Amino acid sequence: MRTKLCTVAAAGAAALLLASCGSGDSGGGGSDASGGLTGEGSGESCTIEGAVPIGAVLSLTGAAASYGESQQRGLELAAAELAETDGVTYDLTIEDDQTDPRQAITLFDEFVNDGASLIIGPTLSNAAVQADPIAQDAGVPVLGISNTAAGVTEIGDYVFRDSLTEQAVIPQTIAKATEEFGLQDVVVMYSNDDAFTESGYEAFAAALEDEGVEVSETITFSKSDTDFRALLTQAQESDPDAIVVSALIEAAVPLVTQARELGIDVPIIGGNGFNNPRLMADAGEAAEGVVVGAAWNSSSDNPENQAFLEAYEAEYDAQPDQFAAQAYTGLKLVDQAVRAGCSAERDAIQQALGEIEDVPTVLGEFSIDENRDADHPAVVQVVENGAFAVLE
Amino acid sequence: MQQLLNGIFIGSIYALFAIGFTLVFGILDRLNLAHPAVFAASAFVGIELVERGGLSLWAALPLVFVVGGVLGLLIERLAFRPLKGRADAHFAGLISSIALAGMLIALLQWRYGPDTRRFPPGSFPDTRFEVFGAQVTLVQVVILAVSLALMVGLTYMVTRTRLGRGMRAVAENPTAARVLGVDVDRVTAVTFAISSALGAVAGVLFAINVNTAQLGMGAAIELKGLAVIIVGGMGSLPGALIGGLLLGLAEVFAVQYIGSSWIDVIAFGLLFVILLLRPQGLLGARKVREV
Repeated sequence: MRTKLCTVAAAGAAALLLASCGSGDSGGGGSDASGGLTGEGSGESCTIEGAVPIGAVLSLTGAAASYGESQQRGLELAAAELAETDGVTYDLTIEDDQTDPRQAITLFDEFVNDGASLIIGPTLSNAAVQADPIAQDAGVPVLGISNTAAGVTEIGDYVFRDSLTEQAVIPQTIAKATEEFGLQDVVVMYSNDDAFTESGYEAFAAALEDEGVEVSETITFSKSDTDFRALLTQAQESDPDAIVVSALIEAAVPLVTQARELGIDVPIIGGNGFNNPRLMADAGEAAEGVVVGAAWNSSSDNPENQAFLEAYEAEYDAQPDQFAAQAYTGLKLVDQAVRAGCSAERDAIQQALGEIEDVPTVLGEFSIDENRDADHPAVVQVVENGAFAVLE
Repeated sequence: MQQLLNGIFIGSIYALFAIGFTLVFGILDRLNLAHPAVFAASAFVGIELVERGGLSLWAALPLVFVVGGVLGLLIERLAFRPLKGRADAHFAGLISSIALAGMLIALLQWRYGPDTRRFPPGSFPDTRFEVFGAQVTLVQVVILAVSLALMVGLTYMVTRTRLGRGMRAVAENPTAARVLGVDVDRVTAVTFAISSALGAVAGVLFAINVNTAQLGMGAAIELKGLAVIIVGGMGSLPGALIGGLLLGLAEVFAVQYIGSSWIDVIAFGLLFVILLLRPQGLLGARKVREV
């Protein structure tokens, strides 16, 4: 109760009450040992005495290690920048779930018990689906920075994400592609034995219908298929304006390669699985002309993005990818939420995260919608000269 | 036309895989389920040789052939020979070869990780031809040619050479073969080596053809390889080739005329029909065991 009073007081800047609770507060719920988690002031002037404990669960080894590594860099860059601003300090602990949902569960348990104010991660959606309920039950807010599967935020009101879902990106992709290429009829191909690609397909089908694009044929395959020549020949026969594909990167590369081999040179519009630099690395020239929606526009000239690119390159001597950008944005959003209520109590962060609206970020004007999902403009990219360029 | 060629090329991959498979299965009567693992391992080894070793593909292929042969010797030595004296040697060997396959895949995962890998772009000339308006790549032509050549060469070897006669004698009756002066262990080992070497070449060509090498690539083709062997006729090398082509064509025409979701139902359904009509397989001889 005392904590709550303080939060209210701080936000309202009632001087009298401030004096009585500005220091010596041990942090509600006994969740913190290093000092008070509520402070005085708000926004930039917010000052919290103790370091705010933030846990991050990333896949630093195992199958998703390449994503996790980018995320770690993004988080550490953001943490370094936040350390230089006055008022609030963060104690960021990054742990490795080894791309194993069970390990993610263990780490979530640890963070919950160690009093983390918020947990960032985990890297993969399937780990999120299993680990997030632990934080939800304990009332610890979670911010996903790369989960794109449907249903993750439905786990509960403490689960947020700053990563755009495929369902948010695909309609924008189709709308843009229709405008650019004047699509009238297309062939849709998807692997029907994978939950992610199937939900991607459903989003594509709905978006195509909204745009009034006719689907002349729908072709299914298995996620383990590697020879698509027969299917592509079938697609070719209806002479489509584009081929729309919902597949993981493993299938995307041979599919694109073989399509070009067969002389199919219409645009290939891909789902989230195509949003991977490996597409260009592995398919080479065949990847040219592939269109894919993404959450982060690396060439956006908004000041936050330019500053991020510069800082990242100076720190790591490498170009950031979308995972780094979303991770970086994630910690910045947490800072935003903490400062909004000038409290790093779990409930205060949960409330403030939900109220984030039109915050300028690396990803563009960013809001959290009523489903606790990210809401910001997507970017539609096309592969040109071996790199993603903005389609325009 | 394009679909017809697609079917022939998919089919020739199945055939290439099945020819190596059937050499041990059909002739020695041993089912070597480590064959699909060799198929996958060789693709990864081939990629490593080209990518790290800087070899051209033409130099890497013979090396992969040798690696496959060595793996074949290992498989025979570890999974089959220790069990040969047992009354249930066939099943015991089958199970121990599955175990060996599991170990091989685990080693690959340890060495290369679970990611899909592929030959670096340009390691094989991406020459394309146009045949009657259909697109054909050089790799596909090579695969078809290699399958045909192997089928002819191996058939000759099995029917005409001393080694081939040894193989057939061992298959018929190991004890009698030994009495007649056939070195049973040597013949068996050599057969495994040739079989696995062929599986290895098939793995590399497959990986180039679809621009993808995955740990599970062998498992994905294993069932089709077995089906091809049965339909073609146990131990018949031309049968394996024809069975492979037939399966490839069936799949392609299932896509063309019925729908992509029905590929497996149609293709395997057709195989069942063939087996009902001709239980010994297309080119298989009816085996008569005399008492």
